Amino acid sequence: MQVHSAGPRATQELAEALGRLAGPGAVLVLSGPLGAGKTCFVQGLARGLGVTGVVNSPTFTIVKEYRGRLPLFHFDLYRLEDPEELWDLGLEDYLAAGGVCALEWGERAAALLPRDRLDIALQPGGPREREILFCAGGPVHRKLVEELMDCVDTGR
Amino acid sequence: MANILAIETSCDETAVAIVARGREILSNQVASQIETHARFGGVVPEIASRQHLLALNPLIRTALAEAGLDWDGIDAVAVTQGPGLVGALLIGVSAAKAIAWALGKPVLAVNHMAGHIYANMLAGPVRFPLVCLVVSGGHTELIYMERDLDFRLLGQTRDDAAGEAFDKVARILDLGYPGGPAVDRLARQGSDVLDFPRALLEEGSLDFSFSGLKTAVLNYCHNVRQRGQEVNKADVAASFQAAVVDVLVQKTAQAVRQLRPATLLAAGGVAANSRLRAALAELARQENVALGIPPPELCTDNAAMIAAAAWPLFASNRHSPLSFTAVPDLDLAAVVENC
Repeated sequence: MQVHSAGPRATQELAEALGRLAGPGAVLVLSGPLGAGKTCFVQGLARGLGVTGVVNSPTFTIVKEYRGRLPLFHFDLYRLEDPEELWDLGLEDYLAAGGVCALEWGERAAALLPRDRLDIALQPGGPREREILFCAGGPVHRKLVEELMDCVDTGR
Repeated sequence: MANILAIETSCDETAVAIVARGREILSNQVASQIETHARFGGVVPEIASRQHLLALNPLIRTALAEAGLDWDGIDAVAVTQGPGLVGALLIGVSAAKAIAWALGKPVLAVNHMAGHIYANMLAGPVRFPLVCLVVSGGHTELIYMERDLDFRLLGQTRDDAAGEAFDKVARILDLGYPGGPAVDRLARQGSDVLDFPRALLEEGSLDFSFSGLKTAVLNYCHNVRQRGQEVNKADVAASFQAAVVDVLVQKTAQAVRQLRPATLLAAGGVAANSRLRAALAELARQENVALGIPPPELCTDNAAMIAAAAWPLFASNRHSPLSFTAVPDLDLAAVVENC
């Protein structure tokens, strides 16, 4: 599924809808160049999950944790040289914690992540516009994308 | 005497210091990993942990020797509890607990951000109330302190930290890591001629946002290159730096006018930036407040600042239990909860 976003606000609204629908164990892998809006997307996602505080960039600490309807684990692999380092950060524990894992630059560690996950690629089409491509790797996330599509279609 | 041995391993640097009465630096040792990480354009957690492990014990021995003390001369052990990289923090926390237990001396868990603020206390007494702008690779915060260990968060970044924006723009311009000093140096050869956005957010807000600025720099460079032209890196650096400093200073000015503190402080690695230092000095003069900015070597991560922040905890007997652990996203409000 591909969605056109007119700007950061539209991106966040889409992500917020995804946050409302996501279930425990959801794994979202965000890819796209620097400035594509990955953190912006996760901010919307967090709102949809009912996180009320400030969600800012996890580049420095690699992972930040938030409490919402489900726990949100916000990763940024920008600074990781070797994806295996994710093990040292306790990746398995995060994946098994019954929350939502959102990984910026997550494609760098694709081999370590469960196959049933949702790959979200943000591609700049202009200074503000983005093409957002959703690709589900298994039944759980396929269902999630279908539900999201219903939401987007009905314009909710 | 009351000598505090302090350990800091939250990120890039392994640091050990011995400070008397929270003020007099007897030794301040820093083993930088910047060279190691420069190869990767950033910090690598696993390498960081391993380097901390290798560097820590030799640094402690060097610090004791430089201070002319043996273990009996240490009255308490302070350590950074967070925020930071969890694996890196654990090395320091484990070492501090082991030393404190073996010596039968108290251990003091310190917030890294409090450390940055208290780096200012190493230069001399500071009058409260104060407003402190803390700007580093992981943080951009305005903090109000009415008295010792009392922190009120006035505003923070909603996306990228100022130092992170410096690092990312340095990467866009191929200037290497760490980005802050590289951008600062190059900016001196350029002029602030490019109109990059200054995100001031809604009226009255003391929060920051630097993500849009980073994207604007990226779009600008992209467009210039697409036209087959050369990017004037010095002008980009100067204009970007001007935009960051403008926002930091405007928000700081707003906080100072609202709260009328006796002192304005700056802290963190970005406080070493020459343009920011000059702009804050001008602000302090206009608003008639005392200004404190640590010397550059105490702006970046070090352990003397951890000892300085541990001093009021030690002096008021607020020791941490040996059961405390590293907290990667430790809040400033949690500073005294551990005691």
